[in-house]
Amino acid sequence: MNKTVSFVTDNFNKYDGLNIKKYIEIGGFSGLKKLIEKGPDFVISELKETGLRGRGGAAYPTWKKWDMGKKRIAKDKYILCNADEGEPGTFKDRELLDKDPYSVLEGMIIAGITIGSVKGYIYIREEYPNIQDKVAKCIENARNEGVLGESVLGTDYSFDIELYTGAGAYICGEGSALIESMEGKSGRPRNKPPRIGTKGFMQVPTMVNNVETFSYVTAILRYGSEEYANYGTSESKGTKLISLSGNIKNPGMYEVPFGVTFYDVIYTIGGGMKSDSPFKFLQLGGVSGPIMQKYILNTPITYENTSAYGLPIGSGAITVGDETNNVVEFLLGVQKFFVHESCGKCTPCREGNIQLKQLLLKLNDGTITEEEVIRIERISNTMKIASLCGLGQTAPTAILSVIRYFTNDVYKKVGFHVDFDGDLVKHYLENMKIDMSQIKLKYTEFEY
Amino acid sequence: MKNNNKYIDELIQKHNFDKTKLLKILLEIQENSEQNYVSKEDIINLSEKLKVPLSQIHEVTTFFSAINTEPKGKYIIQLCDSTVCRLSKNYIAKDELEKELNIEMGGTTKDNLFTLEYVACFGACDRAPAMRIGKKVYGNLDKEKISKIINELRGDLNE
Repeated sequence: MNKTVSFVTDNFNKYDGLNIKKYIEIGGFSGLKKLIEKGPDFVISELKETGLRGRGGAAYPTWKKWDMGKKRIAKDKYILCNADEGEPGTFKDRELLDKDPYSVLEGMIIAGITIGSVKGYIYIREEYPNIQDKVAKCIENARNEGVLGESVLGTDYSFDIELYTGAGAYICGEGSALIESMEGKSGRPRNKPPRIGTKGFMQVPTMVNNVETFSYVTAILRYGSEEYANYGTSESKGTKLISLSGNIKNPGMYEVPFGVTFYDVIYTIGGGMKSDSPFKFLQLGGVSGPIMQKYILNTPITYENTSAYGLPIGSGAITVGDETNNVVEFLLGVQKFFVHESCGKCTPCREGNIQLKQLLLKLNDGTITEEEVIRIERISNTMKIASLCGLGQTAPTAILSVIRYFTNDVYKKVGFHVDFDGDLVKHYLENMKIDMSQIKLKYTEFEY
Repeated sequence: MKNNNKYIDELIQKHNFDKTKLLKILLEIQENSEQNYVSKEDIINLSEKLKVPLSQIHEVTTFFSAINTEPKGKYIIQLCDSTVCRLSKNYIAKDELEKELNIEMGGTTKDNLFTLEYVACFGACDRAPAMRIGKKVYGNLDKEKISKIINELRGDLNE
């Protein structure tokens, strides 16, 4: 059975991603035309109808963000498209910008006219130089075609888009760090408030959305909210882009309706494991997401089902590992990444990540003591609570999930004598008389 | 060697003396340099012309991974060392590259042609293990592929 669908990916391979005439021929800019015809309020109500949430990872309702942007009274407002897709395991924005870049630009124009902004920026990571070249050409084509510029499609609306590049920093996926780097500074997150919706790029209110979100807005306006709601479940309407990677037969980007299970994605779509070795774990939402055991496989991918497990869908990345991998070694890879990418501004994240790496190295070579295992949890929780931005708050997610769900790998490594059921940390915490209800794998909302 | 002073003047002019284009300008200087880096002289020069404090440019160049402040080889071979590529056994590619180039990870060949380094994810996880050389990404690496790529690059140089 075919589990993939094409709603937002409908234009894929119907044009080369550059030819604007061809894009128009296959129905391009009909979403924008609908906005011009029916007005900004129609856009907000359509988005509200679909319940579309931000696709960068934070899952904030798009209509709410746009409604706030629209109601904000300011001389200038900016639209910003976050294409600094740095989350390992995630490549959906790359695919969208490569195969259907005009849908992203169209979404930005729709956003601009809806909230009353005349200027948009798209910030593309340095690692995608060919995509940058392509989008620059697309912007040029759109200007020549009269879609961008003084008069959008011959109306009184004006809107233009400018391209910015990143320079290899994961932290710049965080909205305020991204804006700092756009201003010619190093990309460190700002203290909030004020939030970037109030004071963003050059102190101008800036509405940031992810590439995928803009593309969805275009598709929803084109096909209508009812068509979108034909897919998915009642609480999670529509479809989602999934980046599937790891020890899997068919890695790639797939569009699936909400409600398919992880099993469907990994086995039916992904073709199962690449080698004979069976499934061992998956990491959901990139390195900042939790690592889960096989019992997650039957869970449907929806906001309501995954949040029941304390799991964020995040960017929609699913990285799969087979039995040949040791989870603690995998964690070392995760931790190496965070040590490298922490910006150093706040102490919990800067020092916490380094300490966690040291402890993980000890866990990996089996020299860790019982006290140090408890220290992992303690540092992790401090980071979750006290870090300045989403990077530090989510960095220990993977470690906490492994200690909780992969007790066997942890036991084997440390060689502890195990004479209790359940997991290691729970055992220690109970002995220490710590209130378990205070320690949860709770997802913190952040702006990626 | 290019006349760097003139080049930087032109570059800044192209970007309308816009300070917010600092990252783009730095990346372009680097792309144009023979050894893939932004030199101290360039930074001082840029600071004066663009009217951005030297300290700020220094901070930016050292903060961002994509900007080098030390000379590198003509070709920088960037092997991904993030989670997905590690799952896909990227150490096989590492060993082969080190053998082929006769340098260790992080090093530059004596003839200054190749630098080999680990980088964080560049979004080619569907083709892991992957490496990047300039604008080009090479995925699904194995020994034969690596050897072929390196030989082709060496061939380019002999032309």
